[in-house]
Amino acid sequence: MNDENRSPADAAADAADTSPSSAGRYIGAPFRRVDGRAKVTGDTRFADDLVFPRMVFVKLVRSTVPHARVGAIDFSAAREVPGYLGHLVGDDLPIPFGILPVSQDEHALALDKVRFVGDPVAAVAATTEDAATEAALAVGVEYEQLATIASLEEALATPEPRIHELERSEGNVHKAVSYRFGDLEAGLAEADLFLDDLFYYEGNTHLAMEQHACVAVPEDDDRVTLYSSTQTPHYVHRALTRVLGLPASRIRVVATSNGGGFGGKSDPFSHEMVAAKMALVLGRPVKVVLTREEVFYCHRGRHPVLMSQRTGFTKDGRITAQHLKTVLDGGAYGSYGVASTYYTGALQTVTYKLPRYAFDGVRTFTNKPPCGPKRGHGTPQPRFAWEVQLDKAAHRLGIDPAELRLRNLEEPDAVTANYLQLGTIGLRRCIEAVVEGSGWRERYGKLPEGRGLGLACGSYLCGAGLPIYWNHMPHSGVQLQLDRSGGVAVFCGETEIGQGSDSVLAALVADVLGIELGDIRLCVADTDLTPVDLGSYSSRVTLMMGNAAIQAAERARELVAQAAGDALEVPVSRLVFADRRVFDAETPADGMTFQEAVILAEARFGTLGTTGSYTPSRNPARYRGSGVGSSPTYSYSAAVLEVEVDPLTGLYRPAHVWIAHDIGRSLNPVLVMGQVEGSVYMGLGEAMMEEQVFRRLPPSRSSALVHKMPSLLEYKSPTFHDMPPVTTYLIEDPDPAGPMGAKEVGQGPLLPIMPALSNAIFDAVGARVDQVPIHPHMVLKALSAKDRRYGPRAFPEVDFGPPLHVPTPAEGGDGRAIDDPRHRRTHGIRSADGTMTTREEALRAQHAAGLTTG
Amino acid sequence: MLRLPPFRLRTPSSLEEAARIVAGEGPAARFVAGGTDLWPNMKRRHQKADTVVSLMAVPGLAELRGDTGGNLEIGGTVTLDRVERDERVQTRFPALARAVASISSPPLRNMGTIGGNLCVDTRCTYYNQTEEWRRSIDYCLKEEGTVCWVAPGSSRCWAHTASDSAPMLAALGARVRLAGAEGEREIPLADLYRDDGIDYLGKRPEEVLSRVVVPAEADAGHCRSAFWKLRRRGSIDFAVLSVAVALWQEHGVVTRARIHLGAVASWPVGAEKAAEALVGRPVGDEEAIREAAKLVRRVATPMDNTDFLAQWRGVMAERYAESALREASGLEVTGLAPNHRLVG
Amino acid sequence: MSRAVTATLRVNGEERTVAFPGHHTLLEVLREECALTGTKHGCELGECGACTVLVDGRPVLSCLTLACQHEGREIETVEGLADGNRLGPLQVAFADLGAAQCGYCTPGILMAAEAMLREQPRPSRERIAEQLSGNLCRCTGYLKIVEAVEWAAAVRRGEDAGPPPEILFGHPEPGRPGGDAPGRRPSETASSNT
Repeated sequence: MNDENRSPADAAADAADTSPSSAGRYIGAPFRRVDGRAKVTGDTRFADDLVFPRMVFVKLVRSTVPHARVGAIDFSAAREVPGYLGHLVGDDLPIPFGILPVSQDEHALALDKVRFVGDPVAAVAATTEDAATEAALAVGVEYEQLATIASLEEALATPEPRIHELERSEGNVHKAVSYRFGDLEAGLAEADLFLDDLFYYEGNTHLAMEQHACVAVPEDDDRVTLYSSTQTPHYVHRALTRVLGLPASRIRVVATSNGGGFGGKSDPFSHEMVAAKMALVLGRPVKVVLTREEVFYCHRGRHPVLMSQRTGFTKDGRITAQHLKTVLDGGAYGSYGVASTYYTGALQTVTYKLPRYAFDGVRTFTNKPPCGPKRGHGTPQPRFAWEVQLDKAAHRLGIDPAELRLRNLEEPDAVTANYLQLGTIGLRRCIEAVVEGSGWRERYGKLPEGRGLGLACGSYLCGAGLPIYWNHMPHSGVQLQLDRSGGVAVFCGETEIGQGSDSVLAALVADVLGIELGDIRLCVADTDLTPVDLGSYSSRVTLMMGNAAIQAAERARELVAQAAGDALEVPVSRLVFADRRVFDAETPADGMTFQEAVILAEARFGTLGTTGSYTPSRNPARYRGSGVGSSPTYSYSAAVLEVEVDPLTGLYRPAHVWIAHDIGRSLNPVLVMGQVEGSVYMGLGEAMMEEQVFRRLPPSRSSALVHKMPSLLEYKSPTFHDMPPVTTYLIEDPDPAGPMGAKEVGQGPLLPIMPALSNAIFDAVGARVDQVPIHPHMVLKALSAKDRRYGPRAFPEVDFGPPLHVPTPAEGGDGRAIDDPRHRRTHGIRSADGTMTTREEALRAQHAAGLTTG
Repeated sequence: MLRLPPFRLRTPSSLEEAARIVAGEGPAARFVAGGTDLWPNMKRRHQKADTVVSLMAVPGLAELRGDTGGNLEIGGTVTLDRVERDERVQTRFPALARAVASISSPPLRNMGTIGGNLCVDTRCTYYNQTEEWRRSIDYCLKEEGTVCWVAPGSSRCWAHTASDSAPMLAALGARVRLAGAEGEREIPLADLYRDDGIDYLGKRPEEVLSRVVVPAEADAGHCRSAFWKLRRRGSIDFAVLSVAVALWQEHGVVTRARIHLGAVASWPVGAEKAAEALVGRPVGDEEAIREAAKLVRRVATPMDNTDFLAQWRGVMAERYAESALREASGLEVTGLAPNHRLVG
Repeated sequence: MSRAVTATLRVNGEERTVAFPGHHTLLEVLREECALTGTKHGCELGECGACTVLVDGRPVLSCLTLACQHEGREIETVEGLADGNRLGPLQVAFADLGAAQCGYCTPGILMAAEAMLREQPRPSRERIAEQLSGNLCRCTGYLKIVEAVEWAAAVRRGEDAGPPPEILFGHPEPGRPGGDAPGRRPSETASSNT
């Protein structure tokens, strides 16, 4: 934790080495989540459950064409709908926004162009949702249609018309990156076996059960509060500040409990901007609830990615080098896409020793809903490629796939070829657990035809090392308020999306202070009242909020201990906080209640409040673009999946999944289990059936390019019947970077599932499907193919731009590129920005918006 | 939230009154029973109505009873859940119980009715979409448009039948009673359907499907039947293919057979040639079953208008026909079963 | 065209007279006129089960049925599951076993499970999966839900059963003695206000 945030009192306390101790009852126990009761009684208030006096409703009018200039918009029929109150168009909210400072390419309502079917064009308000719906349907929009881009191949091959007029790239390329970590050719020359494979990962979407919704409530002349089902209230606050042109202090964003997020509620959205603006125009609370179909248009889900992966292996299975190329289909807007592009390459190095590594990635624009971060953000696609290719290598080398991975395991605390600083690595124990549990050694390769086992691994961040916009401030802040009631109010910007972050926050504070969850009152995810936490993304909350919470609670404990210690005439270092008491460790009967101790402290120090904050330490990389992938530490997972395959039809059924996850330490094992099982479920959905795909009608007859199935019926997500039994192992190996040793669990366990299924199908019937999702017809086609494989057959010509060369640590590198293009003009589509804006760009952006970042 | 457009609800207490209202109002009126088909269609606005006539208050329509000849009579508004759970259905017509139990999900079956399932609108992924979505494709032949996007060169609509009970009841030789303003008539269930995605029901708009009569000769004492349904998930999904078979035998020889397919045509198409190929052959003749299954595939016309690759659904028609016939013949069925597990 | 209707609905044992447009669904009227927002919407089209309520004891998708057709019927929603301030066994089990994560699908699943347990006090896992198969959940992977229903069924039968430790702590890590020693049961640590 960063020293600059520590108070003089803390420093003094440290100097005297007088820290009291705690004995908590929650951490490590499967305690009931703090919001558990509300969730089973219907009391949890989701955004659409909020009702305010005089509330009215807004519907967005969305584009029905995929790519066009917007002409006249006719509201005359809409005005006739009884209850109609008004409308907004693009010119009413002309300032662009976007989650990344480098991609401010969205408008609340189309200014000039629409770029996909579903792009918001106008908004109408009415007294009821019925009336708003009728009015929205009655709005007439003229479009001057443009040619459309439907796929990543088309985007690369079709420079005109451009979906976005970007200065930094050409045609319909959004972002291109290219890196050479070490001497690739030397690495490949060492290889005895050289595999060169193509993989394709179809796009899919989060499908949170709750549709996005928000309510904007105007207050005074120029204040507005937005209640929204968002994972990132702080970033929504920043976007609203920009778009509404109001000072940040006049806008309050409160994240309501999210009915599932999975990354789909991490962007600022048009409906949020529109609700806030309409509330200010009408002077009334405004609610927007998206339909399920509209949620498919918000999307920001998994990018479709085409991959080419060349990897060298020695005879004994050592990995010598890898060259990965990825092409992403980004959809119509930037969203997190620049980061997603880096993520398709960043984490290939963290599981196995990869001495030399080359990565080229490019993101394209297409006329489809924008892609963004979904559980695993950009890494499930290359992880699929990596783990399937390892399976192929194991077969070619005659080495057991589990053994091949164990031989190559990365070392704890290592710095990878791309300069990621690793922490603890529990992957060996993960692999051993699933190998043992599944009977792998006795059963792999030996099951009857039609039955097979597949193994795969994965790793994920425990929070992104850098914030989304450039700044030096903490990533998470926690504030405590203690008073004579003996209760503790905890304030934090963190956002509960179902993962249990409220419970982690409350339990950490309760355990440090030795009190009960019932003594804690939470105030969270409120930009007026709570310290900033960047949001529920990148698996960052437990680690970052957790560390901040512990710091705040320890500072509070320090104050209370000083007062109690004096009264008890016991040195502070002997004091124990437990069972709602403060007492002498040597004579536990000598003590007082926690409340009595707080009263003494309040009398002595005045009103009691402490803060804690967390900022990740800087990673060793110094090349540009290195911000993506760095993290305080990484979680690891391994899975074995057993499948039954019918070779006559290609139908298959996962029969069992064994999964082990390196959690560091389970703060609440039942919540950890829930994340593991939920990840397995979502991974199986992606592996088996889920896909966000589109229909283009015959171009001679129609220019339509539409989502094929924007409904919960036709977008297939697994039901109770489709979920196999799962055996979960929680591998505990506390990581010093984590709060009480904890690492992430929300995303990592998804990663091994898709490749494990593909590898299991190979073991069952000897056919490879190098593609996700694996439809039964693909299995059937692979079985009849000459190479017994189904998957992409071609990789397009791509200009990734001039590569950045970064010598690896083993080659004596210092984390810098030797040919940083900052020092020379580049041409073509090469762009050398990191995910973050540079400091200069951040300052420019602040200037443009007329405000300071906050 | 997607909402229903406004309409007037009428709740007549007799079939005559119901028929009269619809006859009087013409195409602006529609019947509703459980509502599980009409309400989604009206929310998406590809079915429209100024007046909706509920049949749920008509006395007698919700009766499920055996008549004197051993036939089973199921009233039009008997819920699917009641059919599935009825002991007579389970013991005498087990494949019907299985077919009905495979429809959508338990709460929906508790609302949906047998009459509604038999009259369920044909489906297509170009059609079962919201008003705005359909605007994006300039609508389709089935509703407001001029082109069938499934087969743009074709002059007809290729929406597929979506009923699971229809192919099974057709195979069992069920009859339906239609009540209109001028009284009731009874026709073979198979004659209720037409091979057209738009005009898929051979009944007058004001006629109510008041009763299904499942003949005694099709019960388990006389007939061996089976129902196989293919869909992506273990629940909720409509069939992308179903195969219903019924076999009658004497002295170990097939004397009569009926095979009807769901979801691979605009109607629950009968595979007469396939059925004929079984007649006169011993029950369980594997060669005959393979021949029949090949013939089944010929009548299946799966199109790209639902889940899964259409071509693969054609392959599956043969596989599922073989499996269903094997099951009805008492042979072992290997490989993976419907929705990756046996239904029921 | 659609006139407002006035209806007296009996919800969770209480009668209330409400006025609403005749074409409004039971879901809309429960949420908007009765202020019972515990019932959720996920798909609006009968495809996800989030809006499941009980009508005369049987599960019904409230998004696909008109409110005006429910006069004189017994409607039950998630708000009626607790006995005063005391949670029912299904609610306790869902809260303690992590069967509710985001909690959005939870009310619908609780109602479907409640209907099942009234008819079938000792359901098999297959039966639980089938009866709940119309309810989609994106968080849990369903396993904790099935386990919670099994546990709640046992409690309702009067059995003094607790969930097995592997549901709370994961399976013991193979080859590591005491690696995952079962700890306290949730009943000992859960908040006491059940």
